[in-house]
Amino acid sequence: MADIKIEDIIKSENLVFKKTKLFTDKPLSYCPGCGHGVAHRLILEVIEEMGIESETIGVAPVGCSVLAYEFMNIDMAQAPHGRAPAMATGIKRVYPEKYVFTYQGDGDLAAIGTSETIHACNRGDNMTIIFINNGIYGMTGGQMAPTTLEGMVSSTTPFGRDVELMGHPIKMTELVAQLPGTCYVARHAVHTPSAVRKAKKAIRKAFEKQKEKKGLSFVEIVSNCNSGWKMTPVDANKWMEEHMFPYYPLGEIKEI
Amino acid sequence: MGELRLMKGNEAIAEAFIREGVDAYYGYPITPQSEVMEYLTAERPEKRTGMVVLQAESELAAINMVYGAACTGKKVVTSSSSPGISLMQEGISYIAGSEVPCVLLNVVRGGPGLGDIQPAQSDYFQSVKGGGHGDYRQIVLAPSSVQDMYDHVSLAFELAFKYRILVLIQSDGLIGQMMEKVEIGEQKPRLTNEEIKAKYDTWALTGRTPGREHNIVTSLELDQAKQEQFNIHLQNKYKEIAENEVLYEEMEVEDADYILVAYGSSSRICRKAVNLAREKGLKVGLLRPITLWPFPEKRIAELAKRVKGMLSVEMSAGQMVEDVRLAVNGKIKVEHFGRYGGMIHTPEEVLEALETKIIGG
Repeated sequence: MADIKIEDIIKSENLVFKKTKLFTDKPLSYCPGCGHGVAHRLILEVIEEMGIESETIGVAPVGCSVLAYEFMNIDMAQAPHGRAPAMATGIKRVYPEKYVFTYQGDGDLAAIGTSETIHACNRGDNMTIIFINNGIYGMTGGQMAPTTLEGMVSSTTPFGRDVELMGHPIKMTELVAQLPGTCYVARHAVHTPSAVRKAKKAIRKAFEKQKEKKGLSFVEIVSNCNSGWKMTPVDANKWMEEHMFPYYPLGEIKEI
Repeated sequence: MGELRLMKGNEAIAEAFIREGVDAYYGYPITPQSEVMEYLTAERPEKRTGMVVLQAESELAAINMVYGAACTGKKVVTSSSSPGISLMQEGISYIAGSEVPCVLLNVVRGGPGLGDIQPAQSDYFQSVKGGGHGDYRQIVLAPSSVQDMYDHVSLAFELAFKYRILVLIQSDGLIGQMMEKVEIGEQKPRLTNEEIKAKYDTWALTGRTPGREHNIVTSLELDQAKQEQFNIHLQNKYKEIAENEVLYEEMEVEDADYILVAYGSSSRICRKAVNLAREKGLKVGLLRPITLWPFPEKRIAELAKRVKGMLSVEMSAGQMVEDVRLAVNGKIKVEHFGRYGGMIHTPEEVLEALETKIIGG
């Protein structure tokens, strides 16, 4: 059988979407309905559109996105749990002309890596942190995260998070926005087409800030974890809108 | 002859970092090695060579900054002392698991826990047997003078890049703090980004070169059969290092009946002990391992065929003595002697221990 090209099936005038060539062809390891895939795509599209794939170095975390480097066709390292910002600092300081970013979940960034996150932000390291907040530890099987909402059920808070016992969910994004080292801080989502457009714009702005050498740019993406939350993808997105967004409101938080 | 200076060990090694053409130093202050970063920042290496010096928020961050920069093919180094090196073990294991080159300095102090700030050699197990998780090794160099502190930097980077491995320079608070004459070498140029790409583009993260696939630096392999293969590859590399990179120094071993085995500061004390013994007519020699790993086990096994006993003299409760015993394999008597917890033995104490534990024992 002859190779069938996409042009044989779809006329070029009808082609409205093309996978960015910076995605490898490896199947994503994420659950259907999870926001990671879209978040990956937006980052890669931004890198491709800016034409900086040879100038970008990424750092993957420990968590569901530990294999992000398998899917992103750019030079990448995999960091010890929570240490991605320190690794990125190490890279950026010896390659100040490169674009450097970390991709981290809430357990990675807001629990075990809190110190590395805050100090990278405070030093104003000229790099980008993409923070995926789904309020749970996905990879290890749905345990409580630092961002798990009050009353939210997880495998280590089977009766809901008791804030008397476990403390309150931490708002890292508002926290880092207070630091003079951050130049751009925003919180978005990727659950609807309009949210995706806004999130992409924010990621683009975050990468462009590196060119301007203004400090650390930080974009939180509030996402779902339908597997960990034990909901269908549709229900998980609805639950996210009703419960996550009021506590983690979307929008532009800081820009210098 | 190069320029001569009177320097502390910690200062000499900091100057060596600059002259080696190191790209970055990331560190966190801890006694007794804080002079390293103090010297570096005072020297303005960003002006002298363009070298980056950054004070991290913790040793955890420092080792991961090192890890990050090491992934890119740059020459990168950190320094710390015992409790700080303990904190770095996570990063050290990841560095081993992802095979990136870098250099560490441990100016050892007394432990365990916060211990004290006096010189010790009680981190031998941690350095040589592996303080982090997993089957890994690192090359360990043991300087015994301020000149060694300076000279070992070049050697460490040569080995680190030759084998893509972490090289630890294991000093102690005595060598770090004392002042000695040191001959300073020429300034080496730092490699340019283009030179780094040309040399290390098969593995280093330099930004995906057009025409090649992305480079990935990771220590993760979820397929256990592949992880076993990777571990076999590591073990083969370690075997090659063990066969080719052993370094040691000897003093008066030719006719010796008894051998002192000692490294670093302790070997200096043992030199004097050898002289005292010879004055008493005792045929005593000294073997000083320069590489603690790989350990000069073959040489020790050879010597065990013709000497009567060995005394491992360490500023610890007895750590290297286990490797001496493994090498000797029961052929002759091997004992340990040493003061520890920050205390330092005298040559007289060493000689007395040799006489009671080995010669008369």
